[in-house]
Amino acid sequence: MPRLSVLIKPAAHAAALIPLTLWLQRIAHGELGADPVAALTHASGDWALRFLLASLAITPLRRWTGIPALLQFRRMLGLYAFFYASLHFGVYLVLDLGGYWAQILDDVAKRPFITVGFLAWLLLIPLAATSTRGMMRRLGRRWGQLHRLVYAIGVLAVLHYWWLVKSDIREPAIYAAILAALLLARLRRRSGLIGQIEPGGEHGGDQRRNQQ
Amino acid sequence: MRRPWSCSLPEAEVTPAWVYQRRRLLLGGAALPLLALSGCAKSREDTPVPAAPAPASAGDPFRTGEPQTTFEAASSYNNFYEFGTGKADPARRAQTLRTAPWTVEISGAAETTGRFALDDLLRGLPVEERIYRLRCVEGWSMVIPWRGIELGGLLKRFGPTVNAKYVAFTTLADPEQMPGVRYPVLDWPYVEGLRIDEAMHPLTILATGMYGRDLPNQNGAPLRLVVPWKYGFKSIKSIIRIAFVESQPPTSWNRSQPSEYGFYSNVNPDVDHPRWSQKTERRLAGSSNTLFAHRIPTLPFNGYAEQVAGLYAGMDLRRYF
Repeated sequence: MPRLSVLIKPAAHAAALIPLTLWLQRIAHGELGADPVAALTHASGDWALRFLLASLAITPLRRWTGIPALLQFRRMLGLYAFFYASLHFGVYLVLDLGGYWAQILDDVAKRPFITVGFLAWLLLIPLAATSTRGMMRRLGRRWGQLHRLVYAIGVLAVLHYWWLVKSDIREPAIYAAILAALLLARLRRRSGLIGQIEPGGEHGGDQRRNQQ
Repeated sequence: MRRPWSCSLPEAEVTPAWVYQRRRLLLGGAALPLLALSGCAKSREDTPVPAAPAPASAGDPFRTGEPQTTFEAASSYNNFYEFGTGKADPARRAQTLRTAPWTVEISGAAETTGRFALDDLLRGLPVEERIYRLRCVEGWSMVIPWRGIELGGLLKRFGPTVNAKYVAFTTLADPEQMPGVRYPVLDWPYVEGLRIDEAMHPLTILATGMYGRDLPNQNGAPLRLVVPWKYGFKSIKSIIRIAFVESQPPTSWNRSQPSEYGFYSNVNPDVDHPRWSQKTERRLAGSSNTLFAHRIPTLPFNGYAEQVAGLYAGMDLRRYF
């Protein structure tokens, strides 16, 4: 299956960077509202979660629509999830805590919602580090096993959001529902086809497999 | 709850020495504008706001000299869940709130009770500018110049009896005017309460304005409480009922999550919220709300310890949080 037009990837990158561009613009014009640090923290967290869920949605979407070309975006979406999660962590560490570095140890150790959030980001690191095709080849079967961590990361990220909200759990609940649906889709498939693993990748073995 | 002294009104009416001394200073420094305010006004509308109030000073608990939050920030970043739970929601959606005519019901253990039009309720009470820190339980704070009257002065008019141990407040909860009320994120109507000595304290005010103008709807128009040494959610907005009650009244956030929000909710860096630290806060003030270096240590009683710590002498503040 030929790759889509060479413009699609750069366009996708540009689109993925729109949130960051908007924030930089708003910072420049002082348009982040009364609590700019909170605004940036929430926005970066939101987009990290959205990219994560989008990445998780690729595989079921591809099966559902039968468009193999979708797969070439899975890695990119995952990496942007890591990018925005790192921005989120960075804003919290540098802008929010400011000079109060000691508080981070306290926060990570004693505040469950921060513990799971930090853990989610931490676990994204090995995934980001092994996201290249070279790494995929080197790790072989173990690549797939390692990258299944993304499910746990999704759960941790949703818990992080759910546990920080004061009382209005509607937004975290929506993310939880989407995550649950995406995980459920995989569960049903796995129970039906024994031994099926999907190392994925742009030109992965999926091309040869007959999709339903 | 064991208290070191029983609360009877005559005791609560005694003005602490430090307040008396400060009042002399205030009056001496800006006698003319303040005299113009007290007792001579025919109605709320007639009450003049001083053209040049006495300069706030760093140590003045009534009018702190710290850098203030901008009006734009204070009126666009609000927790007023009756209009939605997003910080920008109240400013966007509170236009539907009808603030006039406004009636307040006074009820409970008092000689005089009844329903009063807001103007009648406040007539003749000295209006003052108070510049207070407001610390939200979420971990941010503002410095806001309020215009209002001392709650104690108002309450005394109704002759609370010895059974009036607490004062309970209720916010309007009309789903027609307040779209957020249709969703039960909290048990509506929003309720709050103070112990009678907290209510009678000179720092406690009912605000009708801020930044030299009437309260915007999103800030709790036309009448709200400001209790600067407690977390912001105790400063209940858009009050329609004030009741003198004998036992500790329910408060909305305590009902919602009793392990996280107590009746007293005094600002206390030593008592963390179960889910986050209260040791520091983001101060949203100063001429430019930039991104950097706005985290400051949280002070006991939000910096009003000298004025209010005595109310809680002998109390375990971890237990009564």
